[in-house]
Amino acid sequence: MQMTMIEALNQALALELERDPRVVLLGEDIGPNGGVFRVTERLQEKFGERRVFDTPLAESAIIGTSIGMAVYGLRPIAEIQFGGFLFVCMNQLASQAARIRFRSAGVYTCPLVVRAPYGGGVRTPELHSDSMEGLFLQAPGFKIVMPSNPYDAKGLLASAVADPDPVLFLEHIKLYRSFRQETPEDHYMIPLGKANVVQEGSDASVFAYGAMVQTALEAAKSAQKEMGTSVEVIDLRTVWPLDEDAIAASVEKTGRAIVVHEAPRAGGVGAEVTAVINERCLYSLLKPVERVTGYDTPYPAPGQEDYYVPSPARVLAALKRVMEP
Amino acid sequence: MTTQQIDPGMVAYQILDEEGKLVGKMPDISAERLLTLYRMMHLGRAFSNKIIALQRQGRATTFGSLVGQEAAAVGLAAPLQPQDWLATSYREIASLIVKGVPLSTLIYSFRGFTPAYPPETHCLPIQIVIGTQMLHAVGLGMAAKIAGDPAVAVGVCGDGGTSEGDFNEALNFAGVFQAPVVLVVQNNGWAISVPRRRQSAAPTFAARGPGFGVPSFFVDGNDLLAVYDVMSQTVERARSGQGPALVELLTYRIGAHTTADDPTRYRDAAEVEAWKAKDPIKRMRRFLIERDLLSEESDQQLVAEVEEEINIATSEALSMPAPSPDAFFDYTTGDPSPRQQAQREEVLRFANQQKDGRG
Repeated sequence: MQMTMIEALNQALALELERDPRVVLLGEDIGPNGGVFRVTERLQEKFGERRVFDTPLAESAIIGTSIGMAVYGLRPIAEIQFGGFLFVCMNQLASQAARIRFRSAGVYTCPLVVRAPYGGGVRTPELHSDSMEGLFLQAPGFKIVMPSNPYDAKGLLASAVADPDPVLFLEHIKLYRSFRQETPEDHYMIPLGKANVVQEGSDASVFAYGAMVQTALEAAKSAQKEMGTSVEVIDLRTVWPLDEDAIAASVEKTGRAIVVHEAPRAGGVGAEVTAVINERCLYSLLKPVERVTGYDTPYPAPGQEDYYVPSPARVLAALKRVMEP
Repeated sequence: MTTQQIDPGMVAYQILDEEGKLVGKMPDISAERLLTLYRMMHLGRAFSNKIIALQRQGRATTFGSLVGQEAAAVGLAAPLQPQDWLATSYREIASLIVKGVPLSTLIYSFRGFTPAYPPETHCLPIQIVIGTQMLHAVGLGMAAKIAGDPAVAVGVCGDGGTSEGDFNEALNFAGVFQAPVVLVVQNNGWAISVPRRRQSAAPTFAARGPGFGVPSFFVDGNDLLAVYDVMSQTVERARSGQGPALVELLTYRIGAHTTADDPTRYRDAAEVEAWKAKDPIKRMRRFLIERDLLSEESDQQLVAEVEEEINIATSEALSMPAPSPDAFFDYTTGDPSPRQQAQREEVLRFANQQKDGRG
């Protein structure tokens, strides 16, 4: 069935609620309103207020109580209304959810999924567009999933719910309704920690995730047309832990690498991918690794965001640089 | 001078006065149970003194004593059933003892290793971030309610913890979801060096509850019977579906904040002496002797047995093998990444080199 990412996520949540009585959904405006983006539409109606419920407006408490519920044995799926608000619950996420297994010597686990929309290009108010994943690379214990299309979103969310540890599931706002894709109506899983080769190529590798996969594909198309360059586009899908084997295999083949993300450059996923390439296959490189990312500033106001978010033109420019003889 | 700012009209609930005289209604508790709880108070004190002594010898890590707060720590855990949950700060070791966490496990943890509390005790690891565990307690209670289980959760923080957002959010969620949870504030007068009056202008922390629609109780935390009574009632009330409660236990931190703290820098000795006169163990001893449940001789014997029990547990804990150098990789996630595996091997390689004198 052709689905938007919203529909795929809604169906994935419905299937999890149906399949596992331990699954509960909580967050702000997720009940009768169905979530500000309608990801949880009609789920309260179908599954009742005991399992799908609105909370008071307090992000730290949404995560803090979810930790208690997860430790108890439920499988909470918490929605934080916008990625930028993850700052509000940083303590509960980084010092608590990510560490309860560690702190209890494995006696307790925290099978919690935290969903949050993020990402630029849709003219939102401040702190609604920020990409937050980089912060969590320094919070060992999390997995971080950032799907790029409806099919992946549904299968990855199923795996996130099944995971015994906390998973940060970040959904790009621009992808929610931008296109439809053939997506099975049944339950299926896409493994976490595995990248996906979206387009095979032999001259350069572009690593991206979320909405940047589309940006990379557009740039790859232009590069093929303008320069005859064969670009391999790899969707990381899970940005933590990284699929190091997939990264190394691709760079060993192409000898050129570009990492694309919307988050600021410093200390981010791009830096980690670059380090993996250094460690695994430095001598396969024909050119230095390029990072096409958001800049080391806060995410700008809507009137300026198009200068901040990596565009196909910026990725193409990087491709031209790495393809220079 | 006293730093406890109590509204003269606001009197903490008491069953035993400071002389150990019965001034209220005796709760429903057997003589045997009462003696057990009295013994637990001694265990809590002896545990504190033992870890402090070990720390002075360089054999234990930083530790926060609970001396002076034994009635609060024991009384708040005493009414809990095995399926009930406890989420505490680092000041409630005696509560964990009551709930069944072995002494040797706790002592082992102060050697600087992560302990595994037996899962059937339903105790979360002691919380270091102030106030944070109150939300976990509420979540545990919410889960019990969703699952339809007759379990109650108790969250405990100190007077300092009440200033945190998480404490207030916990009260709010407890109220809104009518969670089977009892949130306890051990008001011991000091948050390290900051006095109680700096945490709130309100006459009591219990006064916070009604603003969240949560019934609240202000209790003499040095009176084991009063603490036990109020906790029994609020826990059973929560269990029967009547919702959460907030309990403020008025007590005093006789010792330093931790072994790394020197309280003579910020508080008067006279204040400490005044509170020593309200010692919870002395008060209970007088009552038990008055009731012929204890004699000077049996008390001395009990104290000696407690010392012996702590010594045996200490020997056990000190003789437990240290975990493998790479043990801190064990519990980061359920499925370590290849990168973590490689890092773990590196730890072992260097640890072995050090052992072989090559490091």
